[in-house]
Amino acid sequence: MYAFEYHRPTSVKEAASLAGQAEDMKFLAGGHTLLPTMKLRLAGPANLIDLGQIAELRGIERAGDALTIGAMMKHGEVANSAEVKQAVPALAEMAELIGDPHVRNRGTIGGSIANNDPSADYPAACLALNATIVTNQRKIAADDFFQGIFTTALEEGEIITHVSFPIPSQAAYAKFRNPASRYALVGVFVAKHADGVRVAVTGAGSNGVFRVQEMEQALSANFTPDALNGIVVAEDEMNSDIHADAAYRAHLVGVMARRAVEAATRA
Amino acid sequence: MTATGIGAPVRRKEDQRFVTGQGRYVDDFNRPGQAYAYFLRSPHAHATIRSIDTGPAAIMPGVIAIFTGDDLAADKIGGLICGWMIHSKDGSPMKAGPHPALAQGKVRYVGDHVAVVIAETLAQAKDAAEAIVVDYDMLPAIADTAQATKASVQVHEVSPDNTVFNWHLGNKDETEAAFARAKHVTTIDLVNNRLVPNALEPRAAVGEYDPGTDNYTLYTTSQNPHVARLVLSAFIGVAPEHKLRVIAPDVGGGFGSKIFIYAEETVCVWAAKKVKRPVKWTSDRSEAFLSDAHGRDHVTHAEMATDENGKIIGLRVHTIANLGAYLSTFSSSVPTYLYAPLLSGQYDIPAIYCEVDGVYTNTAPVDAYRGAGRPEATFVVERLVEKAARELGQDPAEFRRKNYITQFPHATPVIMTYDTGDYAASLDKALELADYKNFQQRKQDSALRGKLRGIGFSSYIEACGIAPSQAVGSLGAGVGLWESAEVRVNPTGSVEVLTGSHSHGQGHETTFAQLVSDRLGIPIDQVSIVHGDTDKVQFGMGTYGSRSGAVGMSAIAKAIDKVIAKGKKVAAHVLEASEGDIEFKDGRFGVAGTDRSLAFGEVALQAYIAHKFSGQDLEPGLKEGAFYDPTNFTFPAGVHICEVEIDPDTGVTKIERWTAVDDFGVIINPMIVEGQVHGGIAQGVGQALLEGAVYDQSGQLITASFNDYCMPRAIDLPSFQVGMTVTPCPSNPLGIKGCGEAGAIAAPPAVINAITDALGHEDIAMPATPQAVWRAAQKANMPMAAE
Ligand SMILES: Cc1cc2nc3c(=O)[nH]c(=O)nc-3n(C[C@H](O)[C@H](O)[C@H](O)COP(=O)(O)OP(=O)(O)OC[C@H]3O[C@@H](n4cnc5c(N)ncnc54)[C@H](O)[C@@H]3O)c2cc1C
Repeated sequence: MYAFEYHRPTSVKEAASLAGQAEDMKFLAGGHTLLPTMKLRLAGPANLIDLGQIAELRGIERAGDALTIGAMMKHGEVANSAEVKQAVPALAEMAELIGDPHVRNRGTIGGSIANNDPSADYPAACLALNATIVTNQRKIAADDFFQGIFTTALEEGEIITHVSFPIPSQAAYAKFRNPASRYALVGVFVAKHADGVRVAVTGAGSNGVFRVQEMEQALSANFTPDALNGIVVAEDEMNSDIHADAAYRAHLVGVMARRAVEAATRA
Repeated sequence: MTATGIGAPVRRKEDQRFVTGQGRYVDDFNRPGQAYAYFLRSPHAHATIRSIDTGPAAIMPGVIAIFTGDDLAADKIGGLICGWMIHSKDGSPMKAGPHPALAQGKVRYVGDHVAVVIAETLAQAKDAAEAIVVDYDMLPAIADTAQATKASVQVHEVSPDNTVFNWHLGNKDETEAAFARAKHVTTIDLVNNRLVPNALEPRAAVGEYDPGTDNYTLYTTSQNPHVARLVLSAFIGVAPEHKLRVIAPDVGGGFGSKIFIYAEETVCVWAAKKVKRPVKWTSDRSEAFLSDAHGRDHVTHAEMATDENGKIIGLRVHTIANLGAYLSTFSSSVPTYLYAPLLSGQYDIPAIYCEVDGVYTNTAPVDAYRGAGRPEATFVVERLVEKAARELGQDPAEFRRKNYITQFPHATPVIMTYDTGDYAASLDKALELADYKNFQQRKQDSALRGKLRGIGFSSYIEACGIAPSQAVGSLGAGVGLWESAEVRVNPTGSVEVLTGSHSHGQGHETTFAQLVSDRLGIPIDQVSIVHGDTDKVQFGMGTYGSRSGAVGMSAIAKAIDKVIAKGKKVAAHVLEASEGDIEFKDGRFGVAGTDRSLAFGEVALQAYIAHKFSGQDLEPGLKEGAFYDPTNFTFPAGVHICEVEIDPDTGVTKIERWTAVDDFGVIINPMIVEGQVHGGIAQGVGQALLEGAVYDQSGQLITASFNDYCMPRAIDLPSFQVGMTVTPCPSNPLGIKGCGEAGAIAAPPAVINAITDALGHEDIAMPATPQAVWRAAQKANMPMAAE
């Protein structure tokens, strides 16, 4: 690790102003992505702004048809939250599938989304649930937020404060784990909303999380596993590595989509 | 059997400190004035070093010194050695390229040591290492085992085609003749995947030099501290043997990777004197992936000949073994004498011929890893046997039974003489525990759920209790493989056992104490086991090859016999009886036929106060030592049965059942033995399903972290059914065979045999990842081409 200045603001406002003054800075949430890269000397921000003491970034709240989760809520907190389990059980189940207990007790929803790792789980949930990412500056629709691997709509110094999820009538997440890292090799989140079904895929795409329009149309017409028969995703848009080549990933998208619909309709 | 004697499932004494965080590992040792070493490693697989400019780095904050290969050479520090000489078929010695601790002119794999920075803090050492300017002239690299001899790349000047040796074992003509008259020949091509050892505790070293006494101390993560001292002094020349103390304290797992003498500890001892400060190096996980000696990495073509009665009559094997960029300490023995002699398996095979080509590549050195050669041999034999049974339409269990060796001793055509065993007994027990007779029903049930179920056998044998010194000497070993022990009885009757074995997870502090408790009739907490310090233990060969029970404990047993003999002399004086009338039983020395006796502790006290005998008649004290040199290898063997269910939609293989029936001879502590079996199976399953080190064409390690290198987790394993059969080993006083490697040897073919059974074809390599199995399942389903 290279040396850095450590800041610990207690409000979003203070964090934003520190970010405005400090050169070469990074926000620190759970640190489960940022700290390993710093330890490996792959990242070396001069300033680290720890969001851990900011109360406004915490909390889970249901208001009307939406569930709102604070950016600093840990995966374990989301997985075990009675509100989440009641409002969007699929989201709690998804959070329970992230990493291992250590990771779930440190990693945060805000950090996961800001990082937009192409194999992270939350991006699929956000996209399928049609979430709104709330920052200290604006509200961003999930469809506009995720812009390719490790790339988001966030501006320099912009802080995610909350994520707001419309509550679907049915939803489920099916994850095929990378055997080594336990991130998603392929994860498919399906959610049925009043205005139609959304299907989001993480882990598989060469450009990060994506929606599958063909599946969405078929499932909007008929929300059953069989509606997916014959639908295949294009191999040439899939990621390929030693764990899974594009053909296998494309195949798994189909299998996991079917399993997700099965789970959503069973529940 | 007493509550703490031989055969009792005594809880491990050492676990109290391990599970409460009180263990003392090398990194826990911090010496006054200690500085930190950081190794600058090659980012390239193969390059000539034009120049190294340490100037800007040397003046950075906290830097004490920077050394390169030139500095070691100037001090006449020798290179690292390979301690086992292998001769090629034509009689020529293996081609050993130079192996400097810090590169001289060339780097040969990613992670090779280019320079060392010694600084006040580790962070400062790393900062300075980044400022060292190395001018590399990149060379093409070879990483692929099968292509190594065909490549235009030359790893070492001594070997223009990258061949280290072309070795063979067995009888070629007889084997050819067997194949000529065979009714059926089964052929297989196998890759034994390369593994990264990944002990929980990474390697570490602290070197220290005392200018007053001219003594050196090395704290190191070693499985064999005396061998480390011998190599560092006699061969590498960093310090004279009597001036160097090597301490291997608590060590958190080795699996072979901590047998070897590496560059890092060599440099730490040497540099401690140069900079007049203790020097510490602790590997991080990334360094461990790159620079710990890897395991396995064979490419094999093998054939098995059977006659009209389904009897195996011949075996022919050709293996290319990747030894990496340099010959590590025992690397040459692993694919040769630890491999081919096991190719007879549990079977009566009259003719065997094996050729092994050892090759250099631009990859990390490859050396012994849990099982070392024997898992590779078992994989060849058990995959072939399974395939042959299928081709001949025979039940794989019965095909094995028909070919089992049943008469002992049995001399195989590949130099081993098996002393004892009852292979059919293990098979019968395993078939019953595995509920083999209802397997077809379970397979049908799986099919109804759209799943593929398969069952796979592994009837493994290994040679351990390594090893008779004369025998290994004649095969090229540079050392003898006996073990030593010293039993020191204190005046209070408590006992210290100094052993040359080294525990790094095996539980010697418990099992060795059980032996002493059993033999001397004293409570187990009156016994302490001392190991891992060359200043305390006179000499020892260390722990690997499942040798600590069979060889290490046999040395202790021998020393205990001497203690008892001496105790009888003391007791005779005290009890005023003749020595011949003294019996030692249940912890008491008594006069035969009388009720006069002394407790062990009383005799110990009398031995030290020496009031009842004169110094002319008997030496005071009660302390005896022994060296035990085995007369044969030991031959643990058993049958493992793996049952899998495959999800053809995803390719995920789930191990549904695992049955292990092993014959380890006499068992000292069944709980610890079961633990060894569990861990071994986990590692074997890791190799079969999950693990595999992958280098790309340019020699970069792709699987260089746990993100990509998949270790087995609890969730990958079922609850094991473990059973035992016992045929005591006749060649050592305790009847022990050894159990440390069995699971890792047995497991890979059991898994792959189960998967190929489920798939209905043989075409799957290790690791059988979901992707590989899915693809293989696709192939199984492929409709026959239209007529
Ligand atoms: C072993 C391991 C296994 C894992 N497995 C999984 C898995 O299975 N699935 C999965 O989805 N993830 C997995 N993760 C990732 C983990 O769960 C976290 O989601 C991830 O590390 C990011 O969250 P964090 O809170 O740790 O963020 P940090 O590492 O602290 O930050 C990540 C990035 O986000 C930025 N950031 C953080 N918070 C904010 C904010 N509020 N506003 C703006 N920017 C912000 C930071 O500046 C940084 O650039 C795993 C991680 C590890 C170490």
